[in-house]
Amino acid sequence: MSVSTVRYETVIGLECHAQLRTRSKLFCSCSTAFGQAPNLNTCPVCLGLPGALPVLNRDAVVLAVRAGLALNCTIHPVSQWSRKNYFYPDLPKGYQISQYDRPFAENGHLDIEVGGETRRVRIQRIHMEEDAGKSLHEGFPGSDRHTHIDLNRSGTPLIEIVTHPDLRSAEESQEYLTRLKEILEYIDVCDGNMEEGSLRCDANVSIREPGAELGTRTELKNLNSIRFLGAAIEHEAERQAGVVEGGGRVVQETRLWNSADERTVSMRSKEEAHDYRYFPEPDLPLLVVDEPWVGELRGTLAELPAARRRRFVGEHGLSAYDAGVLTSTRALADYFESVVELCGHAKDAANWIMGDLLRLVKDDEIDLKDLSEIRLRPEMLAAMIAMIDAGTISGKIGKTVIEAMYRSGQSPESIVETQGLRQISDTGEIEKIVDAIIDANPGPAAQVRSGKAGTIGWFVGQVMKATEGRANPKSVNELLRKKLAG
Amino acid sequence: MSPKPATIAELARDYREGRARASDVIARTMDAIERSEPGLNAFVSTRRDKAMDEARAADAAFDEGRPVGTLAGIPIAVKDNMHIRGEPTTCASRILENYVPPYHSTAVDRLRSAGAIVVGKTNMDEFAMGSSTENSAFSPTRNPRDPERVPGGSSGGSAAAVAAGLVPAALGSDTGGSIRQPASFCGVVGLKPTYGRVSRYGLVAFGSSLDQIGPLTGSVADTARILQAIAGFDPLDSTSADVPAPDWIRELDAPVQGTKVGVPKEYFADGMDAGVAERVRAGIDRLEGLGCRIEELSLPHTEFAVATYYLICTAEASSNLARYDGVRYGLRAGGDTLQSMYRRTRMAGFGPEVKRRILLGTYALSAGYYDAYYLKAQKVRTLILEDFRKAFERVDLLVTPTTPTPAFRIGENIDDPLAMYLNDIFTTTCNLAGLPGVSVPCGRIGRLPVGMQLIGKHFDEGAVLRAAHHFEQAGGFDG
Ligand SMILES: [Zn+2]
Repeated sequence: MSVSTVRYETVIGLECHAQLRTRSKLFCSCSTAFGQAPNLNTCPVCLGLPGALPVLNRDAVVLAVRAGLALNCTIHPVSQWSRKNYFYPDLPKGYQISQYDRPFAENGHLDIEVGGETRRVRIQRIHMEEDAGKSLHEGFPGSDRHTHIDLNRSGTPLIEIVTHPDLRSAEESQEYLTRLKEILEYIDVCDGNMEEGSLRCDANVSIREPGAELGTRTELKNLNSIRFLGAAIEHEAERQAGVVEGGGRVVQETRLWNSADERTVSMRSKEEAHDYRYFPEPDLPLLVVDEPWVGELRGTLAELPAARRRRFVGEHGLSAYDAGVLTSTRALADYFESVVELCGHAKDAANWIMGDLLRLVKDDEIDLKDLSEIRLRPEMLAAMIAMIDAGTISGKIGKTVIEAMYRSGQSPESIVETQGLRQISDTGEIEKIVDAIIDANPGPAAQVRSGKAGTIGWFVGQVMKATEGRANPKSVNELLRKKLAG
Repeated sequence: MSPKPATIAELARDYREGRARASDVIARTMDAIERSEPGLNAFVSTRRDKAMDEARAADAAFDEGRPVGTLAGIPIAVKDNMHIRGEPTTCASRILENYVPPYHSTAVDRLRSAGAIVVGKTNMDEFAMGSSTENSAFSPTRNPRDPERVPGGSSGGSAAAVAAGLVPAALGSDTGGSIRQPASFCGVVGLKPTYGRVSRYGLVAFGSSLDQIGPLTGSVADTARILQAIAGFDPLDSTSADVPAPDWIRELDAPVQGTKVGVPKEYFADGMDAGVAERVRAGIDRLEGLGCRIEELSLPHTEFAVATYYLICTAEASSNLARYDGVRYGLRAGGDTLQSMYRRTRMAGFGPEVKRRILLGTYALSAGYYDAYYLKAQKVRTLILEDFRKAFERVDLLVTPTTPTPAFRIGENIDDPLAMYLNDIFTTTCNLAGLPGVSVPCGRIGRLPVGMQLIGKHFDEGAVLRAAHHFEQAGGFDG
């Protein structure tokens, strides 16, 4: 075990930027669509042209407040926009419109479970801000001499969610980010795509001997996956422990995670930190989110994943594990509940979805968020489960039917009809087949009759083979037992 | 000096009655502007060809009896910090010398929608920072009343163009007196409307919480006509107010009998030019003669206004001007590194006064100084607003001198920024409080005009213009 984990406690606070899922930008009507040709989604406002002025996108406020409510924050009826001033080529105005000393949401929390225990992570604040553009250092003619600027992202709405330093390990931090991502996706606030940068995370990391004062922290940037967050925290805690053990002192600085080298490198020290010269944005009035509006938004808030998990266990009798899998995305949980509502068999629905459906979906590399798009509609799966329940088809045949429905989008009834998959429950018909098989295999039949009961399974298999699996297995078993009795 | 130029009302009547043609008027205007340069230097650029095209279109509309706007065929000058799409906006700065905006400013767009023909863009102090138009990167404008003197600023080119009779009206912008002070120095009418009355969209920002576009004209009625065209809510400016615009032109003739006019004693303090005080006092007497009830009162925080103003406007300017970094548009001076490119571009692109204000504003917002400067200034701003609120519980209007002195000599204050800043002593309060204020001529000292300022309640431009109009009717502007 490493030095850091033995002697020191790691203290972590996270600052997460989430891109709000609005159609247009925060202060202009330009599209937020990803992957467009550079500088296509721009206008005088998001280009920062002289004389252009910001106009607030109300949709962004709706999403931001929804996030604030989902994270149990106090929503302030009045908050304020501020300018954060710094020079950077992809920051076209020379300042970013953000919220500073009066954010719209404060004092929330998010509960996480680590090692079977629930831990409450306090959320200090959430504020809204606009994103900057992008500096492109490669991929263009002349990239060896020039940096190119793409301002498509300039003005995209973000929220920054800042925790207290309540996290104590890489694992806890990863769990927090996983749950945060899940919630933001669930309430349709953010698509949670970390590769595309829709969700970004910075970590403030320090170490201390247990019970001691907080140590000097470093800020880790460029953590664009949950895995990198964990790796970067572990490496940084190790590095800090090494510094302290070597008699040195941790320096307050910003460090960049390099995923290729698996280490953090210093980006700028405290002395080099910007003085952002925040002041209230004179081009925008105060942001007013009054109580009736908050109430309305609270009313439209979807059930959060943790609550839904608890309900799946309590109401549908699922195991905690199954409930966890089925609530991993809102689309999956919605799918499950639709099936249950239609057929009434929660456990069967859970088994079919988790067993067969998720395998098919995974094989096709379909994102679970897009589950509402697949051909196999919940009502079709519900109908199939009802058919099994009614004995119309066997559970084994169900495996064939579900795949056929998934591929073709046809109803289970028509698949069963056209492929002749209906279960043979007519004992007369089964008896004929059973008799024929016993007659054709006198040797094995004699063995069974003499007491070697194990081989009855072989006869069951022969009957199923002869009926292409359609014979009612219960009837087959009963008949064979009767006819092969000693 | 040319004979008294035609007003908007006179020109509009002549067009309507077929006694004048827009193409003749615009051609004469362009000729007159050309003759006036370079002596006057009121314009940074003119747009003869486009203006002539627009004039011919206006003539065709008149000829065919098609409906035309209230300002059809009227030549108007526009300060060079407001955009016309596809035409240069320089802000009289090297850094924007070749900048061509891809969009219209709302105010100019509304003016042109009403039929006005923009003949050119007027000279100004660079980025509207100054009180003399000497801070233009393209050499100063002269005062048409006395070419040795400044026309005031920062809308000096607009005031000079109107005073010289080149155009009946011009647009200016006023952050701390930049319409009213040059109007006073040049002997024309200049109105700063209530903050939020006219959209700032497409006005290059100087002090965003203070900037307001307004007219400079030869008569109060013409000021009302221009205001009527440009005022009103604009969804593109979040600080523009959704307040209905009354019919200011019709309301001009409503009686002023019984209007309560306050005279704040702090605006008649020591150090003011005796001649100015005398003429403003005479102006107040004239208002009393019109039936206004005059009463002295106090606005106790006035003495802090200039300091407050310069902290707030420089702070906002330091941020507003950060975008001129050489990256995307405007001047770019090369450099080996990003930092050196920034430095060289801004060193070369900005004049000394702009640099001074960026430095002051950056300082006022810096960590450790913010509370003592910017925040304190915001608190005093609230106190100044409170002074006005209390005063307007007692009176309908306030009357003050516009400036403590008449126009000063070119170069006289150029090396003394503090003396220059004190020119704004009577005008910055309106901007800090967001109130409408008009400067009207109230006599002369020798050749030099003196201006009287009338300040009204928020969105009560009506009362301001009405009193100014009656004042003008009762004795003319040379009184
Ligand atoms: Zn845009």
